[in-house]
Amino acid sequence: MTEYNFAYLDEQTKRMIRRAILKGLAIPGYQVPFASREMPMPYGWGTGGVQVSAAVLIPDDTFKVIDQGADDTTNAVSIRRFFEKTAGVAVTEATRQATVIQTRHRIPEEALTENQILVYQVPIPEPLRFLEPSEVETRKMHSLEEYGLMHVKLYEDISKHGAIATAYAYPVKVEGRYVMDPSPIPKFDNPKLEMAAIQIFGAGREQRIYALPPYTQVVSLDFDDYPFEASKADHACDVCGAEDSYLDELIVDDKGGRLFMCSDTDFCSSRRREGHVGAQGIPYGEDAA
Amino acid sequence: MTPLLKVEGLSKFYGQRIGCSNISFDLYAGEVMGIVGESGSGKSTLLNCLAGHLTPDTGAVRFDTRTDGLRDTVTMSEPERRMLSRTDWAFVHQHPRDGLRMNVSAGGNVGERLMAVGSRHYGQIREAATDWLGRVEINEDRIDDRPTAFSGGMQQRLQIARNLVTGPRLVFMDEPTGGLDVSVQARLLDLLRGLVREMGLSAIIVTHDLAVVRLLADRLMVMKDGHVVETGLTDQVLDDPQHAYSQLLVSSVLQV
Ligand SMILES: Nc1ncnc2c1ncn2[C@@H]1O[C@H](COP(=O)(O)OP(=O)(O)O)[C@@H](O)[C@H]1O
Ligand SMILES: [Mg+2]
Repeated sequence: MTEYNFAYLDEQTKRMIRRAILKGLAIPGYQVPFASREMPMPYGWGTGGVQVSAAVLIPDDTFKVIDQGADDTTNAVSIRRFFEKTAGVAVTEATRQATVIQTRHRIPEEALTENQILVYQVPIPEPLRFLEPSEVETRKMHSLEEYGLMHVKLYEDISKHGAIATAYAYPVKVEGRYVMDPSPIPKFDNPKLEMAAIQIFGAGREQRIYALPPYTQVVSLDFDDYPFEASKADHACDVCGAEDSYLDELIVDDKGGRLFMCSDTDFCSSRRREGHVGAQGIPYGEDAA
Repeated sequence: MTPLLKVEGLSKFYGQRIGCSNISFDLYAGEVMGIVGESGSGKSTLLNCLAGHLTPDTGAVRFDTRTDGLRDTVTMSEPERRMLSRTDWAFVHQHPRDGLRMNVSAGGNVGERLMAVGSRHYGQIREAATDWLGRVEINEDRIDDRPTAFSGGMQQRLQIARNLVTGPRLVFMDEPTGGLDVSVQARLLDLLRGLVREMGLSAIIVTHDLAVVRLLADRLMVMKDGHVVETGLTDQVLDDPQHAYSQLLVSSVLQV
């Protein structure tokens, strides 16, 4: 095997990324530009998150990767293997055991602790991009706190759909200052953004890093008469019976049969191990999935 | 009485070329001033300097701010100037697409300024948008349509509604009837005149069309080659022009 520096990136690059992370932590929600490096994987695979993970990992860490809540997608497996190889760190699927968790599209159901870092893969970091294509202008709008446009987007949502239809990447205001895109997590996860762990967001192609220190105030934007709701499918998990977790809807046969299941696979299997069973309860240990 | 806007010795050059030169005037609240002159005489340059879109090379543009009285908008900080742009000032562009968000519904276009100054009640924003569409004669069932589906005249009326919804204290207009058919122009002019009277608007209107200022402006400034050659009450200037160039302009020898 080729000899890599610990976690693939050279120390100088990691220092550059760490400076961006520290700046991001010092100015919660502010998008810090950084010189994104080529990584040996395509952009869509979360090279921003991978670079952040590379910069924060230490040999003692235990690393977990989730993609839409699952540890076993190609994307998650590849990134986990990448750091197993290049950093030799321990890996896990158990949220509780992980010290660094890289994620795409979800926040784990189990509350994270002060000893953990959550790293997000971000495709488009700029929440104002939808209505204002100019980067110069959006930077100015952030610096002058001109955020009326964010509400125009929500207004359009309500006028079109009768409710705020934005279900993912739901915009938030951080500590009453910066408006931030929390990456394409479901809005169900938005309330969890106020947490004990450090959260770092990395966008590779767009070369931006932003962050939330522990216990940062994060408020989802809304209207007085259309308040934010952290909605999810009105259902319990058919597999583990959880009523408070975010669910994926699966089509299970060609007769329209449906199954609701926790999107957080570690959360779901932990519950099943503890003996919880859902309506279509598949007893623990008997399923192949 | 303090003027709403006090312009002193304002000049703007494009390299060696004069944009506008040594312009001074006062505008009082409730007044509409017309700036006329042929194409290239410096009207737009002057207007953009007044509205903070261009930085003049010399001179001061003092605006009677709500909190601190007359302040030079040229030297104030950019955040302060941008704040004025979305609260006390409004700017109606000649081409509606420069002043509208074409990918946002008519209601969203009108509501944007309200949201920019902190409105957070959808129902109230929608009500204000509906009201303003009515005032500019756009049927309220078009509220969720994008301006791309509107005629040129409707787009211009929408731009006006979007600008006036927050009750700005000073409105800048650059050739507001410029790109429109003659029959459409007449209707828009009528509408503008109604709004000016009803709201007691203070405005600066740039145009090469004397019919526009005849109908809307209390006072006129005639520009030529970047200089003001004549000022006065609208009727005075149009009916009894003193400067040779104004005489040419009024006698329609100069058709621009
Ligand atoms: N961006 C520019 N760069 C260089 N010259 C300009 C620019 N804009 C306007 N000018 C020149 O400045 C003068 C005044 O133009 P303008 O203010 O657009 O006049 P008007 O609006 O009366 O037609 C003209 O000679 C024009 O060619
Ligand atoms: Mg012009």
